[in-house]
Amino acid sequence: MNIAVCVKQVPDTEARIKLSDDKKNVNEDEIKFILNPYDEFAVEEALTLQEKHGGDVTIISLGSERTTSAMRSALAMGANKAIHIKAEKNPADPLVVAEALTQVLKQGNYDLILMGKQAIDDDHTQVPSILAEKLDMPAVTVVIKLDINGDQIVAEREVDGAHEIVECKMPTIISAQRGLNEPRYASLKGIMKAKKVQMEEIDVQLNQDRLEIIGLNYPPEKSPGKIIGESADAVPELLKLLHEEAKVI
Amino acid sequence: MKILVFAEHREGQLRKIAFENITLAKKLGQPFEVAVIGAEVQEIAEQLGKYGVEKVVFYKSGKLDKYSADGYAKILADAVQKQGADVLLMGATSTGKDLAPRVSAILNAAMATDCTQVDIEDDNLKIIRPMYAGKVHATIRLTSPIKIVTVRPNVYSAAEAPATAAVDTVEPQVTDFKTVVKEIISGAKGKLDVTEADIIVSGGRGMKGPENWPMIEELASLFGAANGASRAAVDAGWRPHDEQVGQTGKTVSPTLYIAIGISGAIQHLAGMSSSKYIVAINKDADAPIFKFADYGIAADLFEVVPRMIEELKAEKGM
Repeated sequence: MNIAVCVKQVPDTEARIKLSDDKKNVNEDEIKFILNPYDEFAVEEALTLQEKHGGDVTIISLGSERTTSAMRSALAMGANKAIHIKAEKNPADPLVVAEALTQVLKQGNYDLILMGKQAIDDDHTQVPSILAEKLDMPAVTVVIKLDINGDQIVAEREVDGAHEIVECKMPTIISAQRGLNEPRYASLKGIMKAKKVQMEEIDVQLNQDRLEIIGLNYPPEKSPGKIIGESADAVPELLKLLHEEAKVI
Repeated sequence: MKILVFAEHREGQLRKIAFENITLAKKLGQPFEVAVIGAEVQEIAEQLGKYGVEKVVFYKSGKLDKYSADGYAKILADAVQKQGADVLLMGATSTGKDLAPRVSAILNAAMATDCTQVDIEDDNLKIIRPMYAGKVHATIRLTSPIKIVTVRPNVYSAAEAPATAAVDTVEPQVTDFKTVVKEIISGAKGKLDVTEADIIVSGGRGMKGPENWPMIEELASLFGAANGASRAAVDAGWRPHDEQVGQTGKTVSPTLYIAIGISGAIQHLAGMSSSKYIVAINKDADAPIFKFADYGIAADLFEVVPRMIEELKAEKGM
């Protein structure tokens, strides 16, 4: 089975996001970057399938030089190939990202294209579904269980308050949700091996963004919090405030 | 600028987000129509008319009784063109997030996901959407001729504005689907998802273990609320991950968020800080969550929560 896993490098979930002075960009100086957590589930699923069916697991990522460290993390988990789509910075528009990935994915003969359900920086949640249309392939998003039988896929996906069982045929695009599996930790051997994998570098002409960021802001400040009591005796006061001041119950 | 509102339904019942987006379309002051896709949908004219809709096209076919991402996407992309819309408004629900980017790909239309504010400025949309799960709010503009916007549920409240809705039912051409939903497994009966709930009662590490959750569930049921959980509670295996609120879980904007035994890690705060009112109950008066809470009680949750249950039951005469 020939599997591609599309990954993105993102700021750590614990990172405080500071804005640049012109408030157009994020100030990256003190940010620790990681492999997008949802992409880890995609990598793990690919490796499990590789152990069962053989074939290659190719990590594909678009970004600047620093994205290669996230790619190395995925390689250290056990993936054996990598394609770095070089770009000075990540486009603001997910359509542009998907268009670039489409060009590269079309050249590989992949049975399965996996990725996280969303990147936790931009939170667009668009690329898997756009790829499905661009590559004319079925896609199942937000998947928490994946069964493959021959070329038949049965995937369980999470929807608001329920789960859907979706069927389709390979080649397929799957976006991974937490719960799909437990991502393995990279072994020391894996880390050493990952360093030796030769990454293929590809230059792609990126299309013009059709989504433009005019400015970034911090969320509006909440009024300072108020502790109304330090024992259970504050409960009647709390309920009174919720009824009369907030009027929410 | 003509707007098309995609009115989502679940098993034939129109969802609240459809009415919220109709209210938004009216607020933007632009001509708008509604599109419904499915096999059987209840009371389309009555329900949509109540919120001020005058024109609806119902794309109806027996083959559309179950959702298919690729099947629905083609019909919706056609609808945008047939109904001559410049803007497609959808809900940032699981269906909306799955379907909208496909329509974006088909129509080569730029798209903004999970928006919390949509205005018109200089004859274009001015959109605000959270990024980094809410740590940053981006103001964006879409420059393609057709624009797609998914709006976060609960941000715009649906306002009734009675009108008479004319429903034009058409049977679309339905080709073979690539993906088919074979079965829907509903959660626990009546279980409300955190992204749709007006009130959320969430528990964290301070709950000490899954055996203590019945009290959270009882409190949630008294409030008519959904159950949420912090990442710590989900990582510990106490709660299912579909309840997780925060950066690697769900981002929510309920009217009331009650955080119980949650200290307020930055990734959790990012996911819930846009709630209208936040209540925090935590033993540690220095916990970061209190900086965000409109009302805090710094005390043992195992005393506070039972007291809340008792008082609420008394109010309801239970």
